[in-house]
Amino acid sequence: MNIESGQLLFYVSGSIAVLASLFVVTNKNAVHALLYLVVSLLALAMCFYLLGAPFAAALQIIVYAGAIMVLFVFAVMIFNINQTDIDREQQWLTWQSWVGPSLLAMILLGEIVFVLLSQQNWATNPSSVTQIELVDARAVGSLLFGPYLLAVEIASFLLLAGLVGGYHLAKELPKKTTTQGGSQ
Amino acid sequence: MTVPIEHGFVLVALLWAIGLVGLLSRKNTLFMLMSMEIMLNAGALAFILAGSLWQQADGQVIYILILSIAAAEVGLGLALLIRLRQHIGDLDIDKLDEMKG
Repeated sequence: MNIESGQLLFYVSGSIAVLASLFVVTNKNAVHALLYLVVSLLALAMCFYLLGAPFAAALQIIVYAGAIMVLFVFAVMIFNINQTDIDREQQWLTWQSWVGPSLLAMILLGEIVFVLLSQQNWATNPSSVTQIELVDARAVGSLLFGPYLLAVEIASFLLLAGLVGGYHLAKELPKKTTTQGGSQ
Repeated sequence: MTVPIEHGFVLVALLWAIGLVGLLSRKNTLFMLMSMEIMLNAGALAFILAGSLWQQADGQVIYILILSIAAAEVGLGLALLIRLRQHIGDLDIDKLDEMKG
């Protein structure tokens, strides 16, 4: 079985996503972790594109790596994370406490990989996507505003609730309620 | 191009597990939020994979819905963290044991 260039690209960007996610989880500095998270999201966008979903890839870059990450960066700026935060995270990340659980988890991971690889009946075509075809934005849009119209409406309600809740939570507290909350 | 679908699902499982480990092991709520983003992304990748397996646009539709859920979750979560920082002056999840649960 020869490895084509697209397949190679998929594996490379997939391993970049896994590595960057690992760095996000093990990093002590919040800004560095955010940078790795952006890399992970971009690698996943590459995976989406290679799987024949260019619309999802574009959305991943615009919304996730653009908007949501900017939100995170502004929040980190407001939080003003100092050395005590970094030191406290350090004590949870010593490698001695991770050896045993990681070893056992690796065995379980091996079992999952084995089961997935030995499974031969995926849908109608066995063992592989025969030829990845493009699913373009037109098909997604006509499906989104056809059978899934109710889901779009519910998502808009969700975003409105998120907007109102975010405004309510992050605004300045009035003075008398803060003293009341502090005394309890 | 042919990518065996099992390899894609192995990638999904790996990413999801990394996100779960981060969520369980970190004490900083900001990092917990980031780990949840990784887990949501793993779920989205699973839907895109299924969509390309059956050559249907449904996977990408569900991906868009996941994207809007993630946006709302991040907005509310970061607002909560800002309030937390004002309230207890810290982002440590262990300091939130007022309810003694």
